[in-house]
Amino acid sequence: MDFIFYFGEVFSPLSFLLLLGGTIGGLILGATPGLSPTMAVALLIPFTFHLEAVQGLILLGAAYTSTVAGGAVSAILLKIPGAPANIATTLDGHKMAKQGQGAKALQLSFLASAVGGIFGVLLLIFLTPLLAQWALAFGPSHLFWLAILGVTVIGSLDSASVVKGLLSGCIGLWLATIGFDDIMGAQRFIFHPSLGGGINIIAALIGLFAIPQVLTMFAKGRRADGAEVIEVQKHSVLDATRELLRRPRALGIGTITGSIIGLIPGVGGQIAGLVAYDQTKKFSSEKEKFGHGHSEGVIAAESANNAMVGPSLVPLLTLSIPGSPTAAVLLGGLLIHGIFPGSDLFDNHPDVAWTFINSMLVGQVLMCLFGLYVAGLAARVAQVPQSVMAAIVLALSVFGAYSVQSSMGDVYVMACLGIGMYFLERFGFSAAPLVLGLILGPIAESNFIQGGMIADATVGKSAYFLTGGLNIFLIAVVVASIAYSAWMELRSRRYTTKEEAQA
Amino acid sequence: MNRSQHILGSGLVFAVGIWVAWVSYTQQPAEAFLFPRLIASVFVVLAGWTFGKAALGLSKVGSGVSRTMFLNMVPGLSLMLVYVFWAAKALGFYTATAIGFFILLSLYDPAPHSEGKTWVKRVLITAVFVAVMYGLFAKLLSVYTPREILF
Repeated sequence: MDFIFYFGEVFSPLSFLLLLGGTIGGLILGATPGLSPTMAVALLIPFTFHLEAVQGLILLGAAYTSTVAGGAVSAILLKIPGAPANIATTLDGHKMAKQGQGAKALQLSFLASAVGGIFGVLLLIFLTPLLAQWALAFGPSHLFWLAILGVTVIGSLDSASVVKGLLSGCIGLWLATIGFDDIMGAQRFIFHPSLGGGINIIAALIGLFAIPQVLTMFAKGRRADGAEVIEVQKHSVLDATRELLRRPRALGIGTITGSIIGLIPGVGGQIAGLVAYDQTKKFSSEKEKFGHGHSEGVIAAESANNAMVGPSLVPLLTLSIPGSPTAAVLLGGLLIHGIFPGSDLFDNHPDVAWTFINSMLVGQVLMCLFGLYVAGLAARVAQVPQSVMAAIVLALSVFGAYSVQSSMGDVYVMACLGIGMYFLERFGFSAAPLVLGLILGPIAESNFIQGGMIADATVGKSAYFLTGGLNIFLIAVVVASIAYSAWMELRSRRYTTKEEAQA
Repeated sequence: MNRSQHILGSGLVFAVGIWVAWVSYTQQPAEAFLFPRLIASVFVVLAGWTFGKAALGLSKVGSGVSRTMFLNMVPGLSLMLVYVFWAAKALGFYTATAIGFFILLSLYDPAPHSEGKTWVKRVLITAVFVAVMYGLFAKLLSVYTPREILF
């Protein structure tokens, strides 16, 4: 129950202001199609340099939570999911809006998001310390396999093609080795002076997540999206709360499904929303109403995608394995403040860990309160022409990458990685495993070298890395995740895309 | 999607993989390249597999870049390259941002080019945006950016 002692810090003036700003800003950014939660958090990281670690994390955490919820606004009012996590919301939410129930759909989405989100954060609060203590037993070989597990799980589960997902992870691991070797001081793959200090993670994150979005907007050309905002009539929040309470099955299935999916590294909010929607429909006595503006569809999808947020941070805060691409960006935010996840975080920086987690709990309530009022404004912002959004994101990327170390080299690296990632994405590669490789690469390498030294002095490399219960378990999970994804791919696995949801 | 696009894309990745493997296995000291060798081996195998599939026309994932998309993107991409690799440093961040932002709006804004008020709107949006960026980065965050022309 340590978390209770750190609630006070959340309400200190600056922290609360950042929480409020992050929540309101996140709701607006989340509603803007083309600005994903991952990209929003990546663009915010440079702004946290001048803040204390805990304040920076509060801002990033608030933005993460509320961008996911904010995406429901454009999903309901514009039929454009603000983020992939809101695809399932579009199915019934927009129909409700067209039937004159836009306000009710928005209220239900924010209330369900808050319930799911609070449950998810409570899971984070009670699971994290247990897993962090367990992580103390990990030696270099286990940490090496954990880092590899992080890359392979996201590489295989988050990508449409297992081979391309794993290849993306390999590219990320290779990029992480560029620069000077830590032990021998040898130069590795430095083919341009800008790479002398290695690839800066923050500049890389901005490039990999923001620049492909900019180029995607350019590729659409001079075209008006023509999305029409549906006006919303007034609706009593109390009625919406009653409606939510009348649908405990949808709320329960959404919340539990989202929480479980959040705990699995690599399976994002998009899957959480769609699985919860599907399961709720299966167990509903009003199956025929789904897809025609049924409130259960909105409740299930939104409670699931927000319930996923807290648990997705459990593997990150305990084992350094981000549960989602956004969690990977948050890991970058932690590392720049010199904080390493795991038992170190809870033993040496409990104030940072618990204040951050508590702020997410308070953030869920703020998100629910402000979401209802900001929805109208957010829907207007969502209509900002793509040309303006592209120009804003490009300029923010350049300034953000430069401000990391006041280096033009970082700006060049950001642009090159971003342009390269755009074309790689067009060929079926995915940014998430590449980012994971880039972030977990140094952890994997240092433990590989350290483990190798221990092995040479004791039982030998093969015995050290390939035997022992935990090593075998981790290797089995790596193999199982790849095998499962390959099997699913052979069965022509397909996810519902944003375009399909809008159609 | 065009098979040749898949071959080109996966071929480039395969070429990078071969280069990474070659550097990893030939550069000294060998101890510094232990981990890169491990990665390079997997990298080359996976990239070779992807290239082989593309060459056989079996690549299914990824829709590539259509001619229309590419033509739409060229002006913006070119402007971005000039902005990042030359203008930001040569003209100064804020001047380059103002010019780049305005050109991007003019190139991609769906509003008609023939109406005077749309041009006024673009100028106003650019001015407000650059002022916000200046306030945020120069004043609030105290980031010193290259300043060559004007500010």
